[in-house]
Amino acid sequence: MALLMKGNEAIAEAAIQAGCRLFYGYPITPSTEIPEYMAKKMKAAGGTYLQAESEVAAIYMVYGAGAVGERVMTGTSSPGFSLMQEGLSFLFAAEIPCVIVDVMRGGPGLGGLGPTQADYFQLTKGGGHGDYHAIVLAPSSVQEMVDLTKESFDLADCYRNLVIIAVDGILGQMMEPVEFPPYEGRKLEPKTWAASGAEGRPKNNVISYYLTPELGESENIRWGDKMSKIEETEQRFVEYEMEDADYAFVAFGTSSRITETAVDMLREEGIKVGLYRPVTLWPFPEKGLTARLNQIKGWMSVELSAGQMVEDVKLVVNGKVPVCFHGRMGGMTPEPEDVVAAFKAQLLEGVQK
Amino acid sequence: MKPILTKTTGLTDRHFHYCPGCTHGIIHRLIGELLEEMSLIEKTIGVAPVGCSGFCENYFACDMIGAAHGRAVAVATGAKRARPDRFVFTYQGDGDGASIGLAETISAAARGERITSIFVNNAIYGMTGGQMAPTSLVGQRTSTSPYGRDAETMGFPLDLPKILTQVEGAVYVASVSVDSPQGIKEAKKALRKAFQVQIDGLGYSFVSILSTCPTNWGVNPVEALEWLQTKMKPCFALGELKIPAIEGGSKG
Repeated sequence: MALLMKGNEAIAEAAIQAGCRLFYGYPITPSTEIPEYMAKKMKAAGGTYLQAESEVAAIYMVYGAGAVGERVMTGTSSPGFSLMQEGLSFLFAAEIPCVIVDVMRGGPGLGGLGPTQADYFQLTKGGGHGDYHAIVLAPSSVQEMVDLTKESFDLADCYRNLVIIAVDGILGQMMEPVEFPPYEGRKLEPKTWAASGAEGRPKNNVISYYLTPELGESENIRWGDKMSKIEETEQRFVEYEMEDADYAFVAFGTSSRITETAVDMLREEGIKVGLYRPVTLWPFPEKGLTARLNQIKGWMSVELSAGQMVEDVKLVVNGKVPVCFHGRMGGMTPEPEDVVAAFKAQLLEGVQK
Repeated sequence: MKPILTKTTGLTDRHFHYCPGCTHGIIHRLIGELLEEMSLIEKTIGVAPVGCSGFCENYFACDMIGAAHGRAVAVATGAKRARPDRFVFTYQGDGDGASIGLAETISAAARGERITSIFVNNAIYGMTGGQMAPTSLVGQRTSTSPYGRDAETMGFPLDLPKILTQVEGAVYVASVSVDSPQGIKEAKKALRKAFQVQIDGLGYSFVSILSTCPTNWGVNPVEALEWLQTKMKPCFALGELKIPAIEGGSKG
């Protein structure tokens, strides 16, 4: 049976269904429905919702619950996500599985409450210190928010890595029909590493430091190998009208839905364009894009930012064909007509910006 | 021959890294002994801070989590809420608990988190090499107050346990010192009570322990104890500052 749900609430419900029993958070628009839903429902599910004194405290409460081996989540929005960056670096180094939701809003600074995708750099390049990555999932519908949230806990446990669900204010706030199909899940190892009380086993330490540069290097190499494995196995993307396309858009989340309409409009004019939609922002799905390199004559990244993901597209395309950008900022969204016009001006007419 | 004293099983066999004359070792032993005596070793999740005691997870025989600087109480909160059946303590220095982690300490106290914080106050930043701490005394010379802490521009030492007595969720607050055999006995007594308060589910318990840092104070170990006794003790409230209501203590 389909339910009509807000994106933020759908994420929260999916998390509970995935076995998340701890939620620590601090209210911030436009993500507040997540803690509100958890406050309402977690107790009945046998779990705990706790309002932290700040996003800084919230991310370290997540760290504590994850370190003892429980499934745990927090949800926030851009300024709160900035406050959590140190914690993300620590979570990575201590290899604590957890799920973080970032419902992006306008920035920089206090910014505005409108939707953006301008946390892309912070999400994918590591906003905290050191060489690390979170697995970053970017759903583009409320249904996909449900499906990916359920899977995110398995991903986190499987790799002992933090997973971030990245959406914008529109996806967080909009209502769509959703279903909660049963989820099989991955086969996971028991968390023998967790610091949950050393009953009947040697003690465990869950820490994030190393005392010698030699160990520092070998740990970083080990983490790097883990990142390579994730890059190899977890890249995800969805293609729309790509089979015979001459040109292609790259867009995720809300901007991908706007761009899908732009593709339809251009197709009606007989222009063969397609849409390449990354579902994982990290690892960036370069394999699927690389497979289209000989076919596509030009790419355009459409983002709710000043142009962040376009850098990753350029890295993959590596100068072979033009890569352009169109975006709106500060909480504004482009109309499909704007995307069509930008495509014609920048790509079709061969005029590079 | 019957042994009259053995090392507590609450500590591992790792050698401490602490400087000669530093009292962290004494405090570790007291905690280790209590974990053993109260049969808590296998039920405990300890949280280590950043600072001189940032490697204490190697010394306590229980499971340990290493926190970021100032976040031990938040980490402990996350762990305790996840496993309410566990005994959870934080071990923190004055910089960790009273400066960068002040919001976490007071907020956890306000929520009455069923955790115990052990707050080691040596009036200086030890690990980074002797900088001014939130608890440094007025006039105290440190590498970042080279002419002495000037109250006019650098303010006054913060008496964190005294503040916590005002917070309803903090049900046991003690301030002790390990500068003498008598003081060490009293410290152990306070720690035992704090642990019991958590086990009984009464609320947040907090034990501040005045401690020495001869290396960064620039004195020898004997002089350090004298400095603690004559200079530090007059600046901080001492004793059992707040006891649970069921023992006749006040709520607020």
